[in-house]
Order: sequence, then C-alpha cells, then structure tokens
Amino acid sequence: MKTIKEIYESIGLPRLIIGLFFICLVVVSIILGFSPAALFSDVVRRWLMYGTLVLAMVPGIQSGIGLNFGVSLGISAGLLGSVFAMEISFLRNWNEVLGAGAPWLTLLLALIFGIIMATILGTLYGLLLNRVKGSEMTVSTYVGFSVIAFMNIVWLSLAFKNGELSWPLQGQGLRNTASLSGSFGGLLSNPDVVQSTQPAWLHWLAFKIGDFTLPLGLILVFALLCFFVWLFFRSKMGIAMSGAGENQLFTTSSGIDVDRMRILGTAISTVLGAVGIILYAQTYGFLQLYNAPLMMGFASAASILIGGASVRRAKISHVLIGTLLFQGILVTALPVANEVIKIGTLPEVLRIIISNGIILYALSKTKGGNQ
Amino acid sequence: MKIREGETALDDQYLLSMKNISKEYFGNRVLKGVNLNVKPGEIHALVGENGAGKTTLMNILFGMPVIYSTGGFEGEIQINGESISIDSPHTAMNCGIGMVHQEFMLIPEFNVTENIKLGREIGEPTALSKIFGNLLEKMNWTQMSKEARKALDSIGMMNIDEYAKVAGMPIGYKQFIEIAREIDKTGIKLLVFDEPTAVLTEGEADRLLEIMRLIAKKGIAIIFITHRLTEVMAVADSMTILRDGEFVVRKDVKDITLTKIAELMIGRQIDKLVDDSLLASRDLSDNKIALEFKDYHVDMPGERVKGMNIKIREGEIFGFGGLAGQGKIGIVNGIIGLFDTQGDVFAFGKRLDLSKLGEALRNNIAFVSEDRRGVGLLLGESVERNITFTAMQIKDQFLRRIGPMKILDKAKADQHTREMIKLFDIRCTGPSQTAGSLSGGNQQKVCLARAITMDPKILIVSEPTRGIDIGAKKLVLEYLTKINREQGTTIVMISSELVELRSLCDRIAIVSEGKVFSVMKPDDSDAAFGLAMAGVREEEAV
Repeated sequence: MKTIKEIYESIGLPRLIIGLFFICLVVVSIILGFSPAALFSDVVRRWLMYGTLVLAMVPGIQSGIGLNFGVSLGISAGLLGSVFAMEISFLRNWNEVLGAGAPWLTLLLALIFGIIMATILGTLYGLLLNRVKGSEMTVSTYVGFSVIAFMNIVWLSLAFKNGELSWPLQGQGLRNTASLSGSFGGLLSNPDVVQSTQPAWLHWLAFKIGDFTLPLGLILVFALLCFFVWLFFRSKMGIAMSGAGENQLFTTSSGIDVDRMRILGTAISTVLGAVGIILYAQTYGFLQLYNAPLMMGFASAASILIGGASVRRAKISHVLIGTLLFQGILVTALPVANEVIKIGTLPEVLRIIISNGIILYALSKTKGGNQ
Repeated sequence: MKIREGETALDDQYLLSMKNISKEYFGNRVLKGVNLNVKPGEIHALVGENGAGKTTLMNILFGMPVIYSTGGFEGEIQINGESISIDSPHTAMNCGIGMVHQEFMLIPEFNVTENIKLGREIGEPTALSKIFGNLLEKMNWTQMSKEARKALDSIGMMNIDEYAKVAGMPIGYKQFIEIAREIDKTGIKLLVFDEPTAVLTEGEADRLLEIMRLIAKKGIAIIFITHRLTEVMAVADSMTILRDGEFVVRKDVKDITLTKIAELMIGRQIDKLVDDSLLASRDLSDNKIALEFKDYHVDMPGERVKGMNIKIREGEIFGFGGLAGQGKIGIVNGIIGLFDTQGDVFAFGKRLDLSKLGEALRNNIAFVSEDRRGVGLLLGESVERNITFTAMQIKDQFLRRIGPMKILDKAKADQHTREMIKLFDIRCTGPSQTAGSLSGGNQQKVCLARAITMDPKILIVSEPTRGIDIGAKKLVLEYLTKINREQGTTIVMISSELVELRSLCDRIAIVSEGKVFSVMKPDDSDAAFGLAMAGVREEEAV
C-alpha cells in the first residue's frame, strides 16, 4: 500500500489528471479510427519540436528569475539567425555549390548567429531583471510582448533577396511564413526530406517503421541538449547558480555574486530559446515570423509546470514529462474534436480553449511564487 | 498552591493579577508558575533577560492566537479581583487592556486622526447606510478629529497636528501617536509599553517617561517592559523580575538598588555545559592576534555596529554577549558580507577587503549564521549539497575536472557528508534528505558541518544554540571546545545566552549600542554582567 501512495505522491495530482485525460483522448481517437502509429508519430514530433523551448525554462527557474516568459527574446534571436543564414545561403548559391551539404551549413550558420545574438540580448535582459527583483515574471512577460512588437518592425524593414523570405510582389519586408523546404527544413526529422536530399549513409536520421516515423536525428540533438543542461547543473558554476535561485543570502554568504549568476542563467535561457526555435522551425518546416512566437513563452512555461516544476525548482524530467503531456493533448484533441463536432470552425475554437485551459491550469498550480 | 504572605488580604487592591501562569511550547516550558500583580495608577516594570518569558506573558495577557494554537496556558487571570478568560485580543481590548507596540502599527498614508480612530471611526447615518448597513455611514470628521486632538493633548502633544500625514514623521512622534490611540479607547485601564524607548533618542525617551507618569496619574496602570534599568529606577513604582521563565521577586522600586536588580536578573547556577577535561589551558599571547577590529562599523538595520575596537588572540575562545539590538549580531553579518561595513578588520595581520564577496572565507574564516533558515541553509537542497557547497565554491573541493568544466565529484561529496553525519550525529535518512525537513538541532549541525568543511583557522559562530534541544546544544559546544583545544582553531562566539558564553569563553565582550562596552572574564560577578548588559558603569550604579 505504501508504495502505491509513494508512487502517487511522486507523480502528483496535476500530472495524474492530465495524464489520464491524455490517455482518454488516445483511446477515443483510436476508437474513432485514427491510426495509432500516425498519432504517436505526431505526438513524438511535437514533443521534440517544443522540447528545447521548454528546456530553456530550466536555467531561468534555477537561477531565481522564475518562469522566463521573455524567452521570445531568444526566439527572436534564433529567427534572426535563421533568416540571415538563409539569405547568405541564397546569395552565395550554396544549394548549387555545396549540394547536400548546403542545408547543413545553413543550419549551422543559423545556430551560430542565433546563439551570438541570444548571448548579447540575454545578458542585457539579465541586467534588466536584476533591477526588478521580486517582479521578474511580470516584467519578463512584457519584455516578451515588446520584443515581438519590435521584431515586427524589423521583419517589415529587412530587404532580402531570397525569394523564399521576401514578399512575392515587393522587394522589402519578409513573409509571415517562410518555407524551409529548400533549406534546412526537416533535415533531422522528416524521412521524405532525408531520403530525397541526403546521401544514403545519413538516412538513419529519420526513417519509417511501418506508419510510425522515428526522427532519430532530432531525438539525438534534443537528448544531447538535455544532457548538457543536466551536466551544467552538476558543475561548480551550475551548483552556484542553483544556490542563487534557492537562497540568495546563503549564496552571497558563500562568496558568490548572485546577480552574476542570475545574468548567466538568463543568458543561457535565452540561448536555449534561440536554439529551440531553430529546431522548432526545422521540424515544422516553416519559419514563422511576426506574431507567431507571441504565446510560445506561455506554452513553454505551462509545459514545465505541468511536468512538476515549481517557479523555484525545475529538473530535466519535468521538461520531458511536461512537454509530452501538453503537446500530446493538443495533438490528440484536435482530430477528436474534428470528428465529434463538425460545425465550421468550432474545432479550432475548441483547440484554443483546450490549450489555454491547460496553460491556466498549470499556472494555477504554481508553487512558491516570488520570494 | 502556596499562599504568599499578604496576598489574600490585599488581593482586591490589584487591578490585574496573573496567578501561577505556566506555558509550554512544544515540550519546552517557557513560563513556570509566574505571578504578575499590578495596582491601578501604578507604573510596574517587567524586567528580565531576552528569553526570560516577558513576551510570552504579555501574549497570554492579550489572548494572542499563538498561545491558543500551541495548547493554551495554565493559571488564572483576574481583573479587579474577578476571574476572567481572555481568549482573543478583542476580549483583551474589551477588558480595557491596551498595548503600545515596539514596531509601530500605523498606516503611513493615513493622517494622525485616521490612525488614532482606525477601527473605531465615528459615523453619521446616510440614506445608503440605512439600506445597506452602517459600513456605508459617512465619517464624522469634526467629531473624530476633536477626539483625536483631546487624546493628543492629554499626553501633552500639543504640537502634533491631527491632520498631518503619519508618513515621514520622526519616530518619536509615531510612538506618541500610538500612545494617543490607546488612550483614546474608552475604558482603558491598563497599558502595556513594550520596549518603548528602544528606538527613541534620549530627549524623546525622557519625554516618553514623562507621558507615562502623566497617564499613570489619571489612574491607568502601566506595565513597562524595558532593558534599560536606569529608566526603571527613574519612572517605575514597583517591579517584577523574571528569570528563565520563573518568577524571581516583586518589589517596590524604592526598596531595591540597580546592582541588586542586575544580580537578580542574571543570577543562576552556571551549568556544566562542557566537560572539564576539555578545558585544558593553552598559551594565549597578546602578540599573536588572530582577528582585529579597528573602528569597525556594520550597517545592519536593528543590529548596527558603530565603531568597534577589539583584538582577539590566536587560539582563544572569545565571546560577544549583550542584549538584542545592541549590535552583536551585526559583527558576524558584516564579515559574511551581507551588510556594508566601514573601518578595518585584520585576520592574522592581513587587512580584509570586505567589499569583495567571499573575502573572509578565502582568508580561512568560516562562520555559522544566527539565521539558520534564512542564511544558513539551502532548505530545498540535500544535506550533502548544504555541507559541501561553500568548500566547493571557495576551495574547489568535491570537484572533478572534465575538459574545461569542473563537475561535481559525487562519490567524494557523498563520503565526506557521511563522515560529517557521523561526526555530528546528524539525525537524517542519509545525505540526500532535504535540509528543510530536519529538526532545528540537526539543521544547526549541518550549518556547523559546512563551516568545518572549510577547515578554518578562525570560526565565528553566531547564536550556535538558539532553538535547539539540550543534547544538540551540548554536542555543539563540546565540539567547538574540542577543535579549539586540539586544532588550535580560534573561536569567536556570539550569543545571547550568558551562561553559555561564561561556560567556555576565555574572555567575553559585552556589546552595548554598537560598541564593546567592556571585556569581562567568565568568572566576574553576576551583578557586574547584569550591569554591563544594561549599559551601566559600575561606578554609576550606587
């Protein structure tokens, strides 16, 4: 009896409820005749797609700034890196010069650009958050909104030559949604892209087992990122950072500059945000500019909370569980809703209600709060 | 119950009489059969060291929830000879008992009248209030300010404007407004002043004492809680002395001397807290100085250090004692780096730059903070993380190099933690239990283990035995003595418990008003310690 109680306690009520809801949806969708393999492929794809963005919450929480709703800053850096990389790739005509290596180089360049910009922006953002101790989460929410608004202006004023990026009829400004099919889209996760553009020895990156798609490349990259974050929090610096998030006075009395640790945590969170959106875009196959990333910070924060994190403490396992549950429900809920209610746009409305409902529920479960 | 001489016959002469009051907090008896009797129109001083039970006694008198949530109390309270039960602060108020708080309970953005009348506003009925109840009545400002004015005048505060905002007023004024509020309550019979002069300047304090006499003259009884014995002598009619939760004596002030009060407050057996075998003598020399303070200031609110000069010898166990709020706590917090400091601190002759974080730690000084839960521990982290944290960050211990990164060496940390758990007998399920779930005594042992892990030459411990049980207390004190004798570690101990300091220190500095008032030997008389704690020079106390 005791072990059952222990298991229940380690899972926690919120995860139990959401987990059961997820299982119900899966059962209903299978009864309704959806292919389980296709369904699970989708769940896994979405899980990995959002995983890194949720992982970006961990350094923020551990260093004491709480949920980093301002991850949009990192997302913007990642998007900027991507469009610059694509433009350079277009101007240098890499696709013809390098062949199969072109998308790889573009992806690498996007990551490098994104990380450099995120490091700079993240540091400045950390300096700002140190000035508003106690209300970081409110401030970061508005930083997140503001940066998206600012980036709207940037997207509109960039004059790129790459036809995939610019508006079809005009020379200036970028599109809402730019396809990555000629670039690094699906490079790590889409079997069709991998089989058709890459040499045979790279075909293991993504393949199909029956109806089920296994994006092995993406799984490896995500696992590696999780491992790095895990390792970081076992390093001297990472332990100091966790201490700063847990008890500022204790950490100060051990001779550690708490403010520096918070800046570092914010910067790492922002960098992970940049990497996260690039991996998101490569999985999705499209770059979404303008207002698309507006609510991604909320979805990420909600995911890690559902996973069992508090605003003070978070672990990698919270990222994995939370993202799986959150995205799993969204993936399965839509086809089920489509099938059950067949009136106009109602399923889409329902999807929005469900996703925001999960976010609201997760936020209501936050423990700790400001210090 | 034993009837004291004269008690039965004079019982009805007392306005308030608390009889045989006992109170237990979680098995810890803080009050043991205490009596308190106050006559109408009398200023009665309640005297005792920190922890003597004054606050608990007052909490019982006010029916504070903290008393009832911890199992109530034993004994009887009588007002005018009638037995009553005070089960909430509201009842206490209805019985005519008022309190002037140490921390001001005023709303800064309200003006003087609003503050005085808060909760007892005078309303005029309006059309809305007739329908929706009297919460919607209109305020009768003229009446309210008139009454506020009257209350202020009655304590001689003609120069406070009743329409002025409280925010930004001098502290003394706030104290007087607080008093006016209590006076304004109708039917007030007894006023408690809890350390009212602690925050006041000398002039303001004199003024306050005058006001107290004025109030007493109107027939209102006053219970005056203070550490300043000179004020007791100046203003009180009679006094009750408490010591360690026990009733010592009730005396008229005219029958007692300052020295006698000091002696009664402190006087007690010095318990054997440390084995004699540990207390072997050492060579202490004035030429070998471990730690020196020169005009040392610490800007810690409530515990300011204001120009301290002291030399602590190598291999010494040195104590800092004194009353709360006098600055002894500030000494260690300045060295830790939590508050700004001025002046010089030398460790083994080297000047410490305390504006740099971790400066003391890098110079072989380790410390145990008095604020265990706030500063001393990562409550949500494991015992292991707590013990190894500082040594890891400052001395790169428990780390393994992997490429450019320094990664936790789990095996080493685990082994060290197990050793410490054994050494200090820390009761836990293992190194991975969270520190927050340990008992107070075990938490303190974890704090000490963390400091010892630094392998310090100077160890500063602040209130090492606060809130821990007797067994843990003995273990902690014995361990401090042991490392002092065996490893020659210089120990600086800051404590409110004089007994403790006197049982193991070589010298004890009594801190008063942010300075070292006097440096005493542990075998100096009780009276000498009592007077030093109260900040009175022996020659003044005749």
